[in-house]
Order: sequence, then C-alpha cells, then structure tokens
Amino acid sequence: MKRFLIPLGIFIVLVGFLAVGLQLNPREVPSPLIGKPAPDFKLALLSDPAKQLSPADLRGKVWLFNVWASWCASCRQEHELLLDLSRQGVVSIYGMDYKDQPGDAQAVLNRYGNPYVETVVDLDGRAGINYGVYGVPETYVIDKSGIIRYKHTGPLTRESLDKKILPLVKELQQ
Amino acid sequence: MRPWMMVFALWLPLAAMAGEAQPVAEDPVLEQRMIKLSEDLRCLVCQNESLAGSHAELAQDLRQEIREQMSAGKSDDQVIDYLTQRYGDFVLYKPPVKPLTWLLWFGPFALLIGSVGGLYAYIKRRGNRPVDEPLSEEEKKRVADLLGNNGNKS
Repeated sequence: MKRFLIPLGIFIVLVGFLAVGLQLNPREVPSPLIGKPAPDFKLALLSDPAKQLSPADLRGKVWLFNVWASWCASCRQEHELLLDLSRQGVVSIYGMDYKDQPGDAQAVLNRYGNPYVETVVDLDGRAGINYGVYGVPETYVIDKSGIIRYKHTGPLTRESLDKKILPLVKELQQ
Repeated sequence: MRPWMMVFALWLPLAAMAGEAQPVAEDPVLEQRMIKLSEDLRCLVCQNESLAGSHAELAQDLRQEIREQMSAGKSDDQVIDYLTQRYGDFVLYKPPVKPLTWLLWFGPFALLIGSVGGLYAYIKRRGNRPVDEPLSEEEKKRVADLLGNNGNKS
C-alpha cells in the first residue's frame, strides 16, 4: 500500500501545480510601479493642445488613469463601462491617448462618448514607457498623494471593476 | 552568349545587393551593443520573442530608447535598471538571484541532490536484503508437486 502512496502523492502535487498554473494569466505582468509615485509627465490635452496636464495637478484626489488609443480595438470593449463609471461620478477618469493621431482619438470620443475628465496626448509613447505600458488598454488607480495603487492590463470588465477597482477607490477616498 | 558576359550577368545582382546592406544606425558599434543587450530582454507584447527580434511597435520604441540611452553614455546595467524599474524583472530572460527567485535558481539543484540521495538510500536498502538461498529438498519436492511432475527430475 505504502509504495502506491508516494507516486500518488507526487501526482497530486503535480496536479496542484498545474491547476495553479492554468489559473495564471501570462499577459498579467506584475508592475514594479505599484506603491511608487506615478511617473511625471507634462502632456498636451486632447481637448485643447495649448493646455497641459501633469499628475501633480491631480494631487489630493483619487483618480483612474486609463491608457487608450483609437487604433486599439479592445479599448472599445471597455468604453461602455468607463462611460457608465463617469456617469456615476464615483471617481474621475483621466485618459492618455497612447501613440495615436489626436484627430482619430477625438473622432472616437465624439462618436462613442467621452468618459474622461481630460485626455492627454502621448504622441511618441514616451510617457507610456515610463508607466510600463505594454498592452493598451491599461488602467491605473492613483491615490491622493500620487502613488500608483493598482494596475489593470487589458480591457476592464464589470467583474474587475466591482471586485477590485471600485472597492480600492472607495478605500482610498476615505 | 560569351562566357565573360555570363560571368558579368551573374555578378550583376550581387552588385545591386551590396548597395542595400547599410547599417541601421549611424554607429554600428553602438547598434551591436544594443542588439547584444536586447537579445537578453523579453518583448512584453509577444512574450516569447526577445526585444532584439520583435517587430512589435513597443519593441521598436524600446530599442530606440536603449539606443539613445547608450549614445548618452549609459552603461548596460543602467539601461537594464531603467527597464526593470518600468517593466519589472519580467523583461529579463535571466532573472536576478534574490529570495523570490531562489526556488527558480536553486530548486533544480535541490531536486537533483534530493533524488540522488533518495536513489542512494533505495539502492542501499535493497542491497541489505537477504540473498536468494537455494531451495531445500522439501521445497523442491513441493515445487515439483505443484508443477505436476510427481518428483521426476527434469
């Protein structure tokens, strides 16, 4: 009997490892920026290129930073959720138009609606690199003192909002 | 066609090609250094490709960034620091040795030592087993009975 227990034990451990492995998402790269200050930038606004915005201007409030682009198809997927969120007015959403033509981006907002308080334009993707952007859309939760608290890669889902992002926002707003 | 014309005709495409193979950057040494470094870095968009081999737009941007930082006099380690600060150790195909990666680095050796030890113990234990003793007369008779030979020698 004992001689069967050892292979069975090894088998169960292996199955355990494989089961955990299947749950992991290889696209989800842990960001080293969590818990660190949001990288600085000073970028022109999409709505008015003469004006600029920097993360320092948003000190004192919790905000979502959503990186998107007009060429990004999966950004359209989360657009409705973002619009919904901005209508509720729970948290302000700022966008970054990543490596895009401002005209195209504006056309998307005109057509599908604008969930963003403001959108900054990152033409060459420099600011994106500083944020470790590798797959748009990406969403960051940034707290009152300008620290990145959470990063979501890929389109937001109702589940990720309700389970992770909104509870965290509520907690940070207190 | 005369032979010399043939040779000339064969040589023509080579001459045409020579004009195309120009270095990508102005500084071929720097370009070599950039490629050597980025071969050990992972492209985050297509994760099984190196930064050197990837055609993803982000990879091109990052290669440009590395190029610029190198020409600004930054060392390889400084460039790697720059990237890991933004993308984490995930960009490195060769992860650094630290408590989190101990299992990764030393796990296989621990497994090897463990299994060699296990094998040694197993072989030793088996070696201590009693050696086969020859059958006694009585046992031989029983074997023969069971085989239905009625004690006849084969």
